[in-house]
Amino acid sequence: MPNHTDILRIGTGAGFSSDRLDPAMELVEHGSLDAIIFECLGERTLAFAHRDMQLANGNGYNPLLVKRMNHLLPLCSRHNTCLITNMGAADPLAAAVRTSEIAAQCQLGHLNIAAVLGDDVTHLITPDVELIEPECTVAQIGRPMIGANAYLGSQSITPALTRGADVVITGRVADPSLFLAPMQAHFGWSNHDWQQLANGTVAGHLMECAAQVTGGYFADPGFKEVDELARVGFPIAEISPDGSVVITKLPTTGGRVDRQTVKEQLYYEVHDPSAYITPDVIADFSMVELDDQGNDRVMVCGAKGRARTETLKVTVAFDGGHLAEAEVSYAGPGALSRAQLAGEVINQRLDSVHGSVSERRIDLIGAASLHASAGKFSPDSKDIRLRCALRTPDPEEAANVLWEMEALLCCGPAGGAGYRGHITPSVLTYSALLERDRVKTTVEFIQI
Amino acid sequence: MKGRTSLRHIAHARAGDKGNRSNVGVFVYEPKHYSILIRQITPERLKSEFGNLVRGAVRCYPLPKVHGLNVVMDRALEGGVNESLNLDGHGKSWSFLILDLEVEINTDNLETKE
Repeated sequence: MPNHTDILRIGTGAGFSSDRLDPAMELVEHGSLDAIIFECLGERTLAFAHRDMQLANGNGYNPLLVKRMNHLLPLCSRHNTCLITNMGAADPLAAAVRTSEIAAQCQLGHLNIAAVLGDDVTHLITPDVELIEPECTVAQIGRPMIGANAYLGSQSITPALTRGADVVITGRVADPSLFLAPMQAHFGWSNHDWQQLANGTVAGHLMECAAQVTGGYFADPGFKEVDELARVGFPIAEISPDGSVVITKLPTTGGRVDRQTVKEQLYYEVHDPSAYITPDVIADFSMVELDDQGNDRVMVCGAKGRARTETLKVTVAFDGGHLAEAEVSYAGPGALSRAQLAGEVINQRLDSVHGSVSERRIDLIGAASLHASAGKFSPDSKDIRLRCALRTPDPEEAANVLWEMEALLCCGPAGGAGYRGHITPSVLTYSALLERDRVKTTVEFIQI
Repeated sequence: MKGRTSLRHIAHARAGDKGNRSNVGVFVYEPKHYSILIRQITPERLKSEFGNLVRGAVRCYPLPKVHGLNVVMDRALEGGVNESLNLDGHGKSWSFLILDLEVEINTDNLETKE
């Protein structure tokens, strides 16, 4: 690792697959970072990467990989910043090879680029494997399996860092583990130092969604204000050797870091706060303390750690068929009753003319959509958008949804407008557990 | 004097998802409102308010160090992001559904910001 000082400075370059690029560039340019992490893989994005890889000329890695590497490799090289990312998605080796080609084009052939392999456990997921939820076997799902990936931990990455990697590209690694790896490599924390692994995991958890700790996903005008949200900065973690961390951001960027933003992110996607399970450790977040130091700096300490589990979580992806979604709008007086009538027409037509059998959903956007099932929202809107959604293995059944929704324009209630419809491939993901020792990981350096 | 106000006036919240389970971290702005949060936002109340949305168990974990409550709702996402036909498959809007709940409060000292 470069810049071997008492404080390790880690930045977040992306918090999800489609995250912005300019805040990452600004961070490497001005953040004096030892490492920058691009966390770009959700359950959904990985499943789609498996699908894409099966297509002719398809890639199994993040669609923004080339653009990000073109912009970031020269910056990271100039500032001695190590880049770690799960942008490899379903094919980390191909992503690393592609990255090395970009490095060569940028006259950066000296960069050591490594891929972490072994998260793809598709071969271990036999039809009799039990899923956690729903509680059934893989075979009982009754759909073709697309792929399965185990959540790897920090120690799948640390061997690459100790061997001098400048860029590490992985597939499925638990999000906080991407951040924990450079801490372990830098401070020499062992794989059984549960207390330090918990400290690092809290830091990684706070950092993994990028702007979500610096004022993104936060503003509520009149209640929670965020300065210059359009220029919200990505976070920096300053890690001390004792495992405490300060979360901050560049002063030139928009956003805010204070107790409120850090609190919200601390328990984001956490269930039992005393048992946050990662491949590395079971971390207790329940007694974490936040010290707001002002100037967009919050110190975080007080996590507790205990021994990791003997199993690794695996995401198993299945072919979900086709998702059809179509919308038509109604505006002005009577908008709601015309949209409701249109919905009834759609149901009747799909049932009786097309014999459509798959589960279907009708929404009245503007009156009852996101929480339509709560059924207690009284609408007075004069701008209602009817939406029909359906998922099916049969492409013709999907096409019929779009056809009938578009036909409302002439055959439906008065004033139907603004039809849009699309069919997208769908994947379903479920979880299973695998014994840790069945998942073997390796690091491969790319030779140009 | 006792009065009623929406939770949004005394607290902020963020929703997250994992599979078909939703969690909403709710945090009061003022420590003095912490007891209102943990006494009035209970699993029983959430089940009765949102019974049609939450098909599984609800658990509430008090977070005394940050004056918050972690609300965890099983089977609350109509199957989760990959399976739900809901536009909001992640359940990101759950936070504001909970902030819209009314709580009973002493109106003499209703302050909303930290």
